[in-house]
Amino acid sequence: MIATRFWIRWRRFKSALGWTLSGAAFLALAVAMLQILFYVFAKGFTSLSLKLFTENTVGVGGGLKNAILGTLLLSGVAMILSALVGIAAGLYLSEYGEGRLGSITRFLSDVLVGVPSIVLGFVGYVTLTVWLRWRFSLAAGAITLAVLMLPYIVRSTELALRRIASGIRESAYALGCRDHQVVFKVLLKAAAPGIGTGILLALAISAGETAPLLYTAGWSNYGWSGRLIHEPVAYLTYVIWSFIGEPFHSAHALAYAAAFLITALILLINLVARLLIAMSPHGNR
Amino acid sequence: MWFRRLLSAFALLVPLILVAIAVFLVSYAWPALRFNRFDFLLHDIWNIGNQYAAPIRQRGATIMPGARFGIFFLVVGTLASALIGLLIAFPLGLGAALFLSEAVPRRLGHLVSFFVELLAAIPSVVFGLWGIVFLVPLLSHHVYPVLADTLYFLPFFRRPTGSGYGLLTSGLILSLMIVPFIAATLRDALQSQSHAMREAGISLGATRFEVATRILLPGQKVALAGATMLAFGRALGETMAVLMVSGNALNYLPQNIYSPISTMAAFIVAQLDSALADPTGMAVRSLAEIAVLLLLISLLVNGIARVMIGTLKEHAL
Repeated sequence: MIATRFWIRWRRFKSALGWTLSGAAFLALAVAMLQILFYVFAKGFTSLSLKLFTENTVGVGGGLKNAILGTLLLSGVAMILSALVGIAAGLYLSEYGEGRLGSITRFLSDVLVGVPSIVLGFVGYVTLTVWLRWRFSLAAGAITLAVLMLPYIVRSTELALRRIASGIRESAYALGCRDHQVVFKVLLKAAAPGIGTGILLALAISAGETAPLLYTAGWSNYGWSGRLIHEPVAYLTYVIWSFIGEPFHSAHALAYAAAFLITALILLINLVARLLIAMSPHGNR
Repeated sequence: MWFRRLLSAFALLVPLILVAIAVFLVSYAWPALRFNRFDFLLHDIWNIGNQYAAPIRQRGATIMPGARFGIFFLVVGTLASALIGLLIAFPLGLGAALFLSEAVPRRLGHLVSFFVELLAAIPSVVFGLWGIVFLVPLLSHHVYPVLADTLYFLPFFRRPTGSGYGLLTSGLILSLMIVPFIAATLRDALQSQSHAMREAGISLGATRFEVATRILLPGQKVALAGATMLAFGRALGETMAVLMVSGNALNYLPQNIYSPISTMAAFIVAQLDSALADPTGMAVRSLAEIAVLLLLISLLVNGIARVMIGTLKEHAL
């Protein structure tokens, strides 16, 4: 009897210890996350000024107008390219992708997610910048980013479409719809929140990337003049990487401001994406 | 039918892109692959040669005199930093997932885990910035000296503790970057299990912790292993954060856990400018060989992980 009671106490003690340890693990992560956010926002907030949005970068000073516009431009163009291909490929996988092409594409797009971004950047440099002689340019940077985003959009589109009950497809076909009518008039509308969430999350990833852009987009102290090739483009993440290593206060201030802007943008996109999925009728989270 | 054909053409683009990446990379790196042979992996001297001399012919290739491309130190740095990252991230991710799934009310759990999983959304370069201005000074002044003095009996933990830029710092940052993959996948897997399992466990007299670790967790071994594998792949290919806190060691093997290192991914960014100065082009092609190696590793790691967990869950993205 005493032995049993001791045994139960020992098990309760082990359980309490286990919960303490796992709670501590969670706490460590939460503290790290808070610390990073606090640091980036505190440092960034004091570096903010109106000048950032109205002036281009001059050497290691000035503003960030060129970089802000460049980031929006690179990610925006990449998003459009990637969404066009990605939604079409995702549609194929979900609606007609039971065959061999479907399973190969599914597997390889999952593998493409794991290819390091610097490898994509290097291939972009070798093919687009050097081989096609586009030099550092919007087209080279945006296409590299689009390849990076593509597998995310393909798979999230497929998952969003698969959540639609098959009865809806059957009713549409029974009413005499053709394939494209089913897709455009029924499926895409029903899956829009899920597809949108996937695109937004991919956009957030691409906006924060540096490695694929270093040798494809380059860097420019000027705003974009409208040329797709032969003209380098500025972007925010480059400022963070490059200017924090410079021994000037103005350079550090720009790096902190850029980190603040890009982190705020990415958190905002993530929040919107979550709200979108939470408000959608088909969302299951 | 035309519509299905059109869509299949787009779907075909995904495998084609991957094949094109591999073909371009390997064909670009081919001269380096032939020139470097197995030296590439086994030696730790990266030297683009005397840039002021006339190019010479050696082993059927035109190179600058003295040029030699060995990346053993990068292989060591990459594996060591990723392993340290994984060793830290695994218990953290496991503990956080157990806690958030089984100890916290579900609604609160969703909210809080969304917050922690946002760690995965923070850009690599912002982690690097935080590492340089906050983590490195903190670790080198306050943590590493204490760590070295308490763990002096362990060979790799002894002084000198260095500048703070190095192996353990890289591993720590990597662990924060990959832990959301492990935590999110495992939490989803745990929550997908039926309540009957939990109730059965409790009715047998098990404590909640025993239910979580002995009944729920064993069923999720495969998901956990797959997520860990994916996280390891991420750590191996991570570039910017490691580039900023690793100390960018060149031709140097880590002497202890505080030593400066460099990784394959970070090295490509760090060396591309100086490699472009090599008029024979062999230096850039050797960098391409590193990229080939990285591609190969990522294909292998991800391929295995995907086969293990089957189809991808939304969260593991």
